[in-house]
Amino acid sequence: MLDSFQGATLSWRLSGAIVELALHHPPCNEIGSVTLGELEQFVECLQAQICSVRALVIHSLLPSGFSAGADLRELYRGLQPLTPEARARGVRGFLERIHRVFNFIDAAPFVTIAAVHGVAFGGGFELALTCDLMVADRTARFCFPELRLGLIPGFGGIPRLKRDLGNALIRDLLFTGRSFNANKASAAGLVSQLVGEGQALRAARGIAIQVTKFDQAAAQSVKQFIKSIPEQELKQEITIFCELFNRPVVEAALRKFVESTELQPYLP
Amino acid sequence: MAPTMDQTLQQLLILASQHFKVPLAELNPDDDFFKRLGINSLQALDLLTRLENQFNVELPDYELQGVTDFRTLAERIQSRL
Repeated sequence: MLDSFQGATLSWRLSGAIVELALHHPPCNEIGSVTLGELEQFVECLQAQICSVRALVIHSLLPSGFSAGADLRELYRGLQPLTPEARARGVRGFLERIHRVFNFIDAAPFVTIAAVHGVAFGGGFELALTCDLMVADRTARFCFPELRLGLIPGFGGIPRLKRDLGNALIRDLLFTGRSFNANKASAAGLVSQLVGEGQALRAARGIAIQVTKFDQAAAQSVKQFIKSIPEQELKQEITIFCELFNRPVVEAALRKFVESTELQPYLP
Repeated sequence: MAPTMDQTLQQLLILASQHFKVPLAELNPDDDFFKRLGINSLQALDLLTRLENQFNVELPDYELQGVTDFRTLAERIQSRL
């Protein structure tokens, strides 16, 4: 049912022609198997009632932020008992499922808006990048920290970032793994509206109402015309990620992150 | 005109005090801000964002590796003014 759903990690609600997808998996909407399963369920419902929808707003109910990315703890613990071959299959399977969900949102025949506050790191940043528009409040902070783990973004981040940002800035973000704030994101053209603290969802709802005033067929045509889906690069990203993943340096970095009792696991 | 180091440090302490609701009188420049403010790394990133907005600077978080006290944090901010 698209009208409403309350899951363990997310919920959604259809109001008129606008769907709101709310993330609420403490501590910071880490994307693991349960979230993925509920996202798949969401996509299935959307596909069944796609004619009813004109706009989608994705936001977080947690004060900590939009999403801190992949659930590294679940990833590390889940892969421990497996052989290297089984790990590789498991990771590829997970990535392919994530890509199917993210690709659907990216290409959806309605306007999609991410309302970002706080942390949007790794897979969380990648989820926001699937949307047509991004609204960020002044607490928002973006990052691709994957190189810190000996990996690259695996949820489609690099191909999608290339659509929106200059290559020099992308190289800076990937090679340094540093985070950047909403001011910089706005100046770079990544964020279309920068709002006061706590105002991102309100602004996103305003955008959703605005876009539903216009002819749907025209909006769909514009989206298909200007927002190409980089399918080959998305597949290539999965391959590169899987090649990097099964190396001892990655396991060591994941173990360090998972077992760390330091206060600073999210700092480089 | 850029603020002095002392002014930057004072602004930093005031911001931290107000945002994390710790009395200013209890914050010393050489305190470990994680412990004194009772914050984790996500909250430290929040502090970083507020400092960048307050001082209109960009602070690469890798430059904060190993920085745990207010005084050194103020020096990093000062170096970007």
